[in-house]
Amino acid sequence: MLVVENLQVSYGQIKALKGISFEVPQNKIVTLIGSNGAGKSTTLRSISGLIKSQAGSIKFNGKEIRNLPAHELVKLGMNHVPEGRKIFATLTVYENLEMAAWTVKNKKLFKERVDEVFELFPRLKERRNQLGGTLSGGEQQMLAVGRAIVTGGNFILFDEPSMGLSPLLVDEIFATIIKIRERGATILLVEQNAKQALEISDYAYVLEVGTIPFHGPACDIAANPKVKEAYLGI
Amino acid sequence: MGKKIFFISRRMLLFVAGALGMLLLVLFFNATGIFTDYIVQIINISLINVILAVSLNLINGFTGQFSIGHMGFAAVGAYTSATVTTLIAKVTPRLPYTEFININGYIVFILALLLGGIVAAGIGFLIGFPSLRLKGDYLAIITLGFGEIIRTIFNNIDYVGGPRGLLGIPKFSNLIMIFVITLLSVIAIRNLVFSTHGRALLSIRENELASELVGVNTVRYKITAFTIGAFFAGIAGGLQAHLLQIAHPTQYGFLYSILVLIMVYAGGMGSITGSIIAAFALTFLSEGLRTALPGLGDLMHVKIGDEWRMVVYSLLLIIIMLFRTEVLMGMREMKLLVPEEEEHHGQHA
Ligand SMILES: Nc1ncnc2c1ncn2[C@@H]1O[C@H](COP(=O)(O)OP(=O)(O)OP(=O)(O)O)[C@@H](O)[C@H]1O
Ligand SMILES: [Mg+2]
Repeated sequence: MLVVENLQVSYGQIKALKGISFEVPQNKIVTLIGSNGAGKSTTLRSISGLIKSQAGSIKFNGKEIRNLPAHELVKLGMNHVPEGRKIFATLTVYENLEMAAWTVKNKKLFKERVDEVFELFPRLKERRNQLGGTLSGGEQQMLAVGRAIVTGGNFILFDEPSMGLSPLLVDEIFATIIKIRERGATILLVEQNAKQALEISDYAYVLEVGTIPFHGPACDIAANPKVKEAYLGI
Repeated sequence: MGKKIFFISRRMLLFVAGALGMLLLVLFFNATGIFTDYIVQIINISLINVILAVSLNLINGFTGQFSIGHMGFAAVGAYTSATVTTLIAKVTPRLPYTEFININGYIVFILALLLGGIVAAGIGFLIGFPSLRLKGDYLAIITLGFGEIIRTIFNNIDYVGGPRGLLGIPKFSNLIMIFVITLLSVIAIRNLVFSTHGRALLSIRENELASELVGVNTVRYKITAFTIGAFFAGIAGGLQAHLLQIAHPTQYGFLYSILVLIMVYAGGMGSITGSIIAAFALTFLSEGLRTALPGLGDLMHVKIGDEWRMVVYSLLLIIIMLFRTEVLMGMREMKLLVPEEEEHHGQHA
């Protein structure tokens, strides 16, 4: 579904991605693990059109999409849940979801999806009229994930969805990601929480300072001694 | 869905009715001599300031951009419309040697006013197109520079009077004319803000990145808001030139742009109601000080010159800000301006 080849991104003089290649097949969960500053968020941002890349190719359903603007990509079904939640702080929970439905013109579909979000996260339902900025960190993350469900793309990029969450909530978020996949979506997941991310993934790539030294089926990567040492702390 | 009467919501009708009631009251007071023509003139200026403040609020308050050269667009509108009425068509409000209203003159005036707005919008688009692609405070600097450049250009075009200004502009703007145009402008901006497009503008102010990620074409919306704001500033400039009967480069200086900016901030970023109240309050305050200060000086047997007016004015503003950090309206809106179906969301953003 997504094929990235030789992608290169620089911030001024700094080369953040030195030509990485990977692919995300239809309806799979692919995870990208790597230490801080490895370039994981950079990868997601350049795929979703938030930043420009200098070279390479990004094919989405066979179409070259490199450097298309973000709002165009949303229309094609790409959906990026960014690092650090980025919700609308002075809009209510419900209004945040309405905003997420910007490209969804069908009101009935919107209602269905909102119901679905409220079913997954009853806490958001209770707080539907609370301002986004006053939600707790975990609730904001639920809202960010809920927004992805309402936007309803069939390809979702998650950037550290478990960041700053208590263990129980982490489980809940990962369970939600599996549910989203079961509904037919394809997922590219970036996580610090490598152990759990590998458990729910089909395939994994390890990113190290802008290059990909290993990749393989998630269970093989989890069993790889070097990965174990560096990312799983075992 | 709120109750509708002929496709217009009941609230909007009430708002219009209330505004018309106030207009009638002012006309009545003026006819009976309770309101002098001087007071009516301040009301006229306040109404024009309402257009300026509400249109700047669209850019700064609702969309979260920072433009500080709003009077530059007013200058474009003023000079464009006045050139048409005064230099090209040479129309007057009344037919010569009679008391009859010159209908054709008014038609020319309205078209000239619109043309002024359109030219201002066009220039707004030309400036916004490159600068709104940038994020951050660049826009402030660019708009500031633009305002000054426009002034300098008019200062150097002899056809429109150069540094003497464009004089002898026919007086087409009167209370009723200004009132109607102000009302239409406020309603247009209110309808925009509460539409789906308005929601996109708000989302840009709230979080540009997130709004991009839900599919809002942020660059296009920012440019649109900027262009529409410039259009209404151009209209306001045209009205003002045909009220004061002069368009002079110094009228459109940085200081006036800042005064409009203060109206937006004092009234509340993202509150149309606030901008309306602040435009009236600050215009009356500034004019009131003109007579109050010398009067106060006479009482204390000292001479207080007009140069102190801005000092006291600024001090009063600081005091307002200190004691009411939420400013006049915060982000709230008077009920009559909020569509009924929006209400259940609690506070309008
Ligand atoms: N806007 C920017 N300007 C300059 N350098 C940047 C910018 N954004 C990221 N970088 C640099 O690019 C590199 C990759 O950053 P990136 O955010 O992709 O890391 P990451 O893998 O997501 O890390 P983390 O796990 O900490 O989120 C880092 O060295 C970072 O400092
Ligand atoms: Mg990151």
